[in-house]
Formats: sequence, C-alpha cells, structure tokens
Amino acid sequence: MNPENYIILSAVLFTIGALGVLVRRNAIIVFMSVELMLNAANLAFVAFARMNGNLDGQTVAFFVMVVAAAEVVVGLAIIVTIFRTRRSASIDEPNLLKY
Amino acid sequence: MTELMPAEGVFSLIWLLIAMPLAGATVLLVGGRRTNAWGPYLGILTVSASAVLGWIMLVAMMGNSPEERTFDQTLFSWVSVGDFQADMAFQLDQLSMVFVLLITTVGGLIHIYSLGYMSHDRDRRKFFGFLNLFVGAMLILVLANNYLLLYVGWEGVGLASYLLIGFWQYKPSAAAAAKKAFVINRVGDVGLSLAIMLMFITFGSIGFQDVFGAAGEASDGTLNAIGLLLLLAAAGKSAQFPLQAWLLDAMEGPTPVSALIHAATMVTAGVYLIARSNAIFNLAEIAALTVVIVGVVTMFMGAIIGSAKDDIKKSLAGSTMSQIGYMVTAVGLGPVGYVFGIFHLLTHGVFKAGLFLGAGSVMHGMNDNVNMRRYGAIRTVMFITFITFAAGWLSIMGIPPFSGFWSKDEIIHAAFEQNTLTGILLIIGAGITGFYMTRMFIMTFLGKARWEDDVHPHESPKVMTIPLIILAIGSVFLGMALLFWGNIETWLEPVVGYESKEAPISTGVAIALGLLAVGIGVLIAYLQYQRKPIPVEAPHGSWLTRAAREELYGNQVNNALVVTPTLVAAKAATAVDAKGIDGLVNGSAAFVGALSGRLRRYQTGFARSYALSMVGGAVLVVLALILVGAS
Amino acid sequence: MNFPWLTTLMVVPLIGAVIVALLPRGRDALAKQIALVFSFAVLALTVVMALQFSADSAERFQFVESHPWIPAFGISYAVGIDGISLVLIALAAVLVPIVIIAGWNDVDSGSRGTVKGYFALILVLETLMIGVFAATDVFLFYVFFEVMLVPTYFLIGRFGGPQRSYAAVKFLIYSLVGGLFMLAALIGLYVASAQLTGTGTFDFAALVGLDISPDLQKWLFLGFFLAFAVKAPLWPFHTWLPDAAAEAKPGTSVLLIGVLDKVGTFGMIRYCLEIFPAASEFYAPIVIALALIGIFYGALLALRQHDMKRLFAYSSMSHFGFITLGIFVFTSQGQSGSVVYMVAHGLSTAALFLTAGFLMARAHGSSLISDYSGVNKTAPVLAGFFLVAALSSLALPGMVSFIGEFLVLLGAFERYIWVGAVATVGIVITAAYVLRLYQKSMTGPLKPGLEGMRDLGGREVLALAPIAVLTIVLGFFPAPLTNVINPAVDRVMTTVGATDPAPTVPSAGLPAEGSDQ
Repeated sequence: MNPENYIILSAVLFTIGALGVLVRRNAIIVFMSVELMLNAANLAFVAFARMNGNLDGQTVAFFVMVVAAAEVVVGLAIIVTIFRTRRSASIDEPNLLKY
Repeated sequence: MTELMPAEGVFSLIWLLIAMPLAGATVLLVGGRRTNAWGPYLGILTVSASAVLGWIMLVAMMGNSPEERTFDQTLFSWVSVGDFQADMAFQLDQLSMVFVLLITTVGGLIHIYSLGYMSHDRDRRKFFGFLNLFVGAMLILVLANNYLLLYVGWEGVGLASYLLIGFWQYKPSAAAAAKKAFVINRVGDVGLSLAIMLMFITFGSIGFQDVFGAAGEASDGTLNAIGLLLLLAAAGKSAQFPLQAWLLDAMEGPTPVSALIHAATMVTAGVYLIARSNAIFNLAEIAALTVVIVGVVTMFMGAIIGSAKDDIKKSLAGSTMSQIGYMVTAVGLGPVGYVFGIFHLLTHGVFKAGLFLGAGSVMHGMNDNVNMRRYGAIRTVMFITFITFAAGWLSIMGIPPFSGFWSKDEIIHAAFEQNTLTGILLIIGAGITGFYMTRMFIMTFLGKARWEDDVHPHESPKVMTIPLIILAIGSVFLGMALLFWGNIETWLEPVVGYESKEAPISTGVAIALGLLAVGIGVLIAYLQYQRKPIPVEAPHGSWLTRAAREELYGNQVNNALVVTPTLVAAKAATAVDAKGIDGLVNGSAAFVGALSGRLRRYQTGFARSYALSMVGGAVLVVLALILVGAS
Repeated sequence: MNFPWLTTLMVVPLIGAVIVALLPRGRDALAKQIALVFSFAVLALTVVMALQFSADSAERFQFVESHPWIPAFGISYAVGIDGISLVLIALAAVLVPIVIIAGWNDVDSGSRGTVKGYFALILVLETLMIGVFAATDVFLFYVFFEVMLVPTYFLIGRFGGPQRSYAAVKFLIYSLVGGLFMLAALIGLYVASAQLTGTGTFDFAALVGLDISPDLQKWLFLGFFLAFAVKAPLWPFHTWLPDAAAEAKPGTSVLLIGVLDKVGTFGMIRYCLEIFPAASEFYAPIVIALALIGIFYGALLALRQHDMKRLFAYSSMSHFGFITLGIFVFTSQGQSGSVVYMVAHGLSTAALFLTAGFLMARAHGSSLISDYSGVNKTAPVLAGFFLVAALSSLALPGMVSFIGEFLVLLGAFERYIWVGAVATVGIVITAAYVLRLYQKSMTGPLKPGLEGMRDLGGREVLALAPIAVLTIVLGFFPAPLTNVINPAVDRVMTTVGATDPAPTVPSAGLPAEGSDQ
C-alpha cells in the first residue's frame, strides 16, 4: 500500500495541533491541540505498521493512547485547580515559575 | 695536621661544658615562676661549673704535647642523608680552649654582676635563663667540629642576643632593635649557609678536619668564594661593615648583655670563624684581602661613631666595632696575624666587659641615664667604678703595660709585616681610640657634675663591684700573662699557624708611633673636654660629628638599598595577588555567574514560549537530518 | 605482620566518628571525650606500628594489604606504607589529638554546626588522611584525595568565620578543578597501562615499571601535577589558601595546612616522580621556577599582611615553595629534606595556628595584628609558645624545620648552584615577617583592653607542649625521621634514575663516614 496520503494527513493534523498549541491561550484548547498532535503521531505509526506488515507501530500507538489518557487525567486536574484559584483558563497567566 | 685525640679522662666531659648551661636555661625557662627564688643562683652555678671544668681541662691539656691537644668527641650522628653527614660532635683544641675559658669565666662574672644589676627586675629569672642559653649556644659555636653544628651555635647566640636585646620588651625601641639585630644577622647567615653548601659540594664534607685537609685541592675561585661567604657571615655576627648597623641599636638591652654578648663574646664569633677557617683563608688571597679591608673600614667607622655619641653605651659599642675591626684585620693578615687577632680578642673581651660593666655601674647610680653630658665628676662618688674603668681605659688605648697594649701592638706590628699601609691606618685608628676613650673618661668621671636634679649617684653593691675589680685586674695583667707566661703564639700555633716576617720598621719604632698617635688623641680630648666646659645640650657640631651621630648613615643606606625595595616589592606582590591572581580566579567565577544571569532570562514562565522553542528545536533537528541525509 | 594495621588505623577513627555523630544532642562533653579517646587510640596504634616498621626492609611497601575492589578495571583496595608515608601518617596521628584538645571549646556557641559534628568530622578526616597516605592503588588514592574535600568543606563552611561560605566554596571549587585534571590523567594512565600490558591496572607498583612514551607522560604528568599544585599550594594556584585559613577554626587550619596540603607534595614525590620520571625531568625547570617564585612571593605577601591567619597562610605558601623545590632538584638531600620539612612545617603550622587561636579566643576572636600589642606582659607563657612557633617557622637551627630547610637548600645548591643561592636569600625575608609579627603583637606597650588577659591554661599548654618538644627534640635528634625517610627517598631516586652530584675535590669525598675522620 502507499502510505503517502496517510502521512500527509498525519503531517497536516500534527501541524494544526502544533499551531494550536502555539497560538491559543485557552488551556483546554491547547490541551485538545496536544491530543491532536498525539493522534497525528498515532496515525503515522499505524500507517507505517500497515506498510511494514508488523505490529510494532500498532503497539506503540496503544502506548501513546494510554499515555495520552494518563496525561489527560493529570493535565485536566491541573487546569481545573488553576482555574479554581485564578478564575481563568489562560495558560499565559500562571507564569510565576520563572528565573 | 695535628693528631686527633680521643676524648678520654676529663675530656670525655666536653659535652658537659655545654650541657650544664643549657640545662640551666631549660630549667629556668620551662620552670616558670616556680624557679623565681633560686633561679638566678642556678644560672650562676651552671656557668661557674662550666668555667671550673674548663680550667681543669686547660690544666689537663697543658699536660699533653702541643700536637696532642686536639680532642674529639662524637656523641651521635646528627644529620645523615646520602653522603651528607653532620655529627653531634665536639672538638676541643687550643683555640676553642681559650674561647671556652673566656666565655665561661667572663660569662660567670657577668652572671654574678647581673645579680646586683637586675635585682629589681621582676623578670630576673628569665634574664638568667637567657644568659644561660647564650653561654650554652656560644659554647656549641666554639666547640663544634663541623660547620653545621657551628651554625647551630651561631644562630643560638643570635637567638639569645635577640631575646636579651629585647629583654625590656615593653619598650618598642628595644623590640625593634632586637628584630633588627636578628634580621641583619640573618643576612650574614645566608653567607654561612652558602659557605657550608659550597664546602659540601666541593669537599663532600663539612667537618673541619676534612675541609681543611682537602682545602689545597680546591680551585682558587672556590676558595675565595667560600672565604667571602664566611666573611659575610662574620660581618653579620661581628657587626662589621656593611652589616654593622645593628650593634648600636643593640645597646637597648640591659648592660650586662652589652658586656657579655655585644662586647666580649658573641660579636667576636666572626673573628673565631675566620681564624678557625684559616686553612681556607691562607689559600684565598682575594678573600683575605677583603677581610683586611672590611676590618680597617669598620675600625674607622666604629671609632668615628664612638667619638661623637653622647650615649655612653653607644659610644662603647662604636668602640667595640672598632676593636673588632682590629681583630678582623689581624686575622685577615694571614699567619702573621691569626694569633694576635685571637690575643686581642681575649684581652678585649676582658677589658671591654670591664668597661661596659663600669658603664652599667655608673648608669645604675644615675637612674639609668646614659647621656654622658649629664655625667661628670663621678670619681667622687663611685671610686671603685672609677678605678676599674680607668684600668679598662688605659688598656683599650694601648698604654703599656696594660693588656690592650700588648695585643694591639702585636697587631700593628703584624700589619707592618704584611703591608705598610695597613699598619699606618691601624696606628691612626689607635689615635682615634685614644681620643674617644679619653673623651668618655673625662665626660663621665672628671670635670664638674652635670647631674640631673633628682639623681643621687652612689657606689654599686659588692656583687657588682667585685666582678669589676676582677676584670680590672685582667685588664692590667692578662696581656702580659698571655704573652710572656702563656706564650700565646706557641699555644695557638698548632691550630691557626704562626709565622713572623721582616717588618719595614722596627718594633720599637712601631710602638713609639702608636703611643704618639694615642698621645695626640688624648691631648685633643683633654683640650676639648677637660679644659672647656661641656654643654649639657649637644652642640650642632661639624658635618663629620653629625654624620657620626647618625651612625654614618648606615640605617639610611640600609633602608634605601634593602628595606624600601623589599617593601615596594611586597606591595607590588600584594597588588598582583589581590588584583591579578585572585582577580582572575574570582573574575572567572563572576563571569560564569554573569553568564548564567543572562541565560536564565530565557526562562520566562510562559508555557507557550517554551513550546515555541521546542518546535524550533524540532525544526532544527529535522533540518539537520535532511541536510545530513542529502549530502 | 599479617595484622591489618593500616585498615585498623582507618577504621578506628571512623568508628569513633560514627559513635560521636550518633550521640544525642546535648551530650557535647561526652562527644569530645570520645573523640579524644579514639584519636589517642589511633596515635597509640600508629606508634606501635611505627615501632614494627623496618627501615632497611627490601620491600617497597610494608604492612601491605590488598583486596580486589573493582576487578573489571584492575582496581583494588591496596594499602601499604614506606618511610615517607609513615612519617606523614604519624604527623596526622599526632596532630589530631592535639587539635581536639586545643579545639575543646572552639565550637560551643555561635556556630551553625554542632559540637559533635565538629569532632565527628575531624575523626572522619583522620581516616581519610591516613588512607590517602597509605593507598598504593592510584584509584584508591584518588578516591581518598577527593573524598577528603567533603569533611574539609563542612569544617570550613559550617564552623568558620563570617566569610566561611565564600572560603569553603572557593576551596572546594579550586580542589575540584584540580581533581578533575587528575581524574582525566588517571583514566589516561589506565588506558596506557591497558595498552602496554594488555590488562589495565591502577596498582602503583605495576605502574611504576611501565614504559609510557615521553609525550604521553608529559600530558599525564600535567594532570596529576595540577591537582597536587592546587593542593600544595604552589604559585599561582594558591589564592584559596589565605581565605580558607583565615575563615576556618584554628584546628581546621592546622589539619588543612599541616596535613592535607602535604598530600600535594606527597603526591608529587610519590606519583609524579615515580610514574612519570621522564616528564618530571622535562618539567623540573618550570616547577623549580614556580617554587622559587612561590618562596619569595609568599614571603613578600606575608610581610604585608594585617591578619595573622592570612600571614600564616602566605608563609606556608613560601614554605611549600621550599618543599617543592627540594623534590624537583633530584638529590637525596633535597628530597629527604623536603619530607623532613613536611613534618616540620606540619608542627610549626600547628603551633602557630593554635597559639594564634588561643590568643584570639582571649580578645573577641580578632585576628588582626593591630589589635594586639604587648601580650608578653600579661601572658608570658602564651608569648613564649608563640615565639617558639615563630622560630620554628623561620627554621632556627636546633629545630627540626632547620634540618628540613637546610637539606632542601643544600640539595638545590648541589644541582643548580644559583637556584640554591637565590632560595637561601628567602630565609632573610622569612625572619623579617615572622619577627615583625612577634614584635607587633607580643612586645611593646600593652594594648588597652587586653589588661586582664589570662595566660595559657593547663589544657592549652597540654596541646602546645608536645609540639614544642617534638620540634626541638627532632631538631637535635632527627634520626627517627631520617632513618625511615632516607631508604624511601633512595628508592625514588633510583626509579627516577638520578644520582647526587659528586664533590668536585675527589679525594675529600672518599671517607663518607662521619666528618671527624
């Protein structure tokens, strides 16, 4: 099979996700963009697995999903906590962790 | 080369000569206040015991034939590394014998005298401890059989001198004088150290016997170098030009110290060193000539300084410099002079000790005032001091038949044998001696009283006058005794060698010239100080007087040539250390700190800027991969 | 002979340190007593061991122990001593109890650290000092060399003066930089040994025989030498020393300068010279130049110091110049003299720092010379010890330092006349700064405010008297030192392939036995 289309789609999704992370301020949206990037990577993994005819890529994709799930749990918890104290979901506001 | 005798019988106790005073010093200095009550007596006892032992050894030594009078006692191997060997070993021969007697006997008398002189000092015990230490160290110096052990004694006496000059430490001037003496002596020690090292690399040994035995095989250059280095050492210890500046300041010490250390014994160590090393100086012509020049120059410097000082002790110190100049000149003359240098050293040791103790006695009665312009007419109140001082005065001027006459006359005669100019210069020096000693005598004992108001001079106690009397007797008779009865030439000849040459003028003429010069000196002093009233305030004086009062600018020269450059160098080094080296070190630390200060600014706290840099980094990596893959 | 003497020596103080550290808070007196007992136990063991040491043994090292540690890299726990390490271990064993006695009340108040911490650290340091001198495996040596920094860092940084943090960090970074070079050279040495013999090793005896190419030797030498030069300290790697000495407690300074810094010079004679003979010869002129500069530079700086402790530090630097000079002139007199001087300098430094410490404890801890004057009047015993220490520092004949200094100068003079002659001039400046200090602080009129100053008490005299006695006794009878040092130095000379120059007058040198024949 020709993975070209899958790769292009994956690259497009990844770029959208990356841009989303860079330009959006709302933590939830940033979070979703991160998920988009992860899934773009997953798509590439699965495509390559299919191309090579082994399961390695699929396995990794599962790992990524698990990690993503864990990340969502932790990440959302942080966002919610910050929102509670600051009444804002902007990721530019909590910038005390510097210097 | 004389034969070495094993140290048997009474001579097996050579070590005890040294050990007794050192033990005394240890007990007194370690024992502390507990020994205050009996300490001084212990100090006297140890030195007297050494003196008695010394005299017994003299008698025993006289029983042997002249070739069998060198006794050698090796206690143990002291420093032994590779081929370098220095033993804790002593050598008693005719030369060290006379020194032992001088040190212990005059030393003993001065100990006794100090009992009275220091009776009111709360640190009297410490004083006797230091004196004992001095005697012990001086005995090590003259009894050592190798140069390294001699060095121990050499520095030991330097230490004792340091401690005793600075005995009244609460006086800043005394502490400064002590330090000055030690540091200048260290310059001389550099000479001694280097001489020892040069001997070792030349002869492979530093023992007297080895070095002297092989001296003939060394090159002239080496021998002269050793000789000049030894002269440097001698100049330091004996206050000879150009290291003379410490001796006058050293008069800050108590007077018995000036008598024992800075007149009779320690300052003559340089003469001993040169006489002891005669085998080297006999072969080193340039060094020997330099010795004579240094001796003559110092003889004049001391005499000139002594003529101008109003401080009785400093005037005597100038005189000491001058008289040691005579001795150094004598030992520089070679075999014609060694024995007479030592002869003069012995007579001088006695009469100068007497003069200093006499001066001390006067000061004792004058509330420690040293200004001779405030003395005068003391003969009326201190008769014994007056008479004993007169004996010393006549002796040092070289009036027959007093001791100094015989020794000084022999030196002048020896100088004529070697070199007419030296002889003439020494006669002129004798004239100046006549002047300054008469000046001192008149200002102190004759004339009218110029005492300060609250001064009530009185004769000193017996414990002080008896040593004075004994030393005065020595000042009168010692010269004759040594020359005619003791046969000093034949006695010392096996050790230092002796020869007599044809002199350009006869003995009688030399004596007459010498006495004439002294007479002129006395006459000038008489006209100047006896016939005219002596002002209490020092007159302005001629340029020479002023220069002499300034000690011929010795201190200024030292400061300009040595002290100031050293301090400037120290200042420069301090700046280099703080600004340069440490600056570099702390600078590099500061650089790293500043750099990190800049870099941490990029830690902005904005999550999205971190994300941007991550993306940038990822892009860079990808670009790099593409580039690498393409090429 | 199978008793593991050296391991025992190292373990005993460590046990002591653990016990002291585990004591409950508030048992300060007990902590001190336990520390003292253990340090005396080490001293006693050292004396017993030294008595069994055979000076004329044909073995390179005695009391050897060797156990594999990391066999994969040829690293073993191997210890053993020759005469040089014996005297230095003995020095450490003598100084530790003295420091404990002298520092009995040093950390009672106002310090960040605890009393038990101070004494535990001292005992740990003793273990490491013994280990560093006893190690015969180069890697083991390196480990001890670096680990020593840790207790020292805390001793300076927790118990020092107001600038202690600065001083401690400076000391640590300086030493670490030096140690880093050594680590690099150490790895290089291992690789070289692997290439030359097939199996890499860190065993000192195996490394000595290696035929490392001269070019490689030069690089490896530099790595080791830099570490030792920082430790010793040699000009221009010295600026940590004045700060550390000025800030640390007197007892710490004694151990730091008196013993720890000797590791630098010990390393030079043991490792640089024997493992890299060709490179040592190559670099000798440069090292001698640095040593000469150090002698005068340190002395001149000492002449201008206003602070006693800094003065001692700079004077130590000057003395380390002498020690290094003696090592690198390749004569038996020079090298034996250096080792004697190491011991002598340990003693004189101890005496100086401890007396100064006692003095400072009586005047609100000021170490400025100008804060003192006329102390001799109210505290003559203190002044007396101060003078003995000062005289020992200026190498007065009759004291052991004189023997060391004279032999060093003689050794230098034999090899290079002018180097010896120039270095000898240094003794004048030494006298000047030492006596200047004594004159300013001890003599003259009594400084107002010092009237009621107590003289030394029994404990303080107990700490100082052994040093003074040793200094003088060894000055007149140095055979216990030279007898064990000479064979070790001869072995170094043989390894390096150097011989003493022969006297220029041939016949005189023949009866080398005694100077009295």
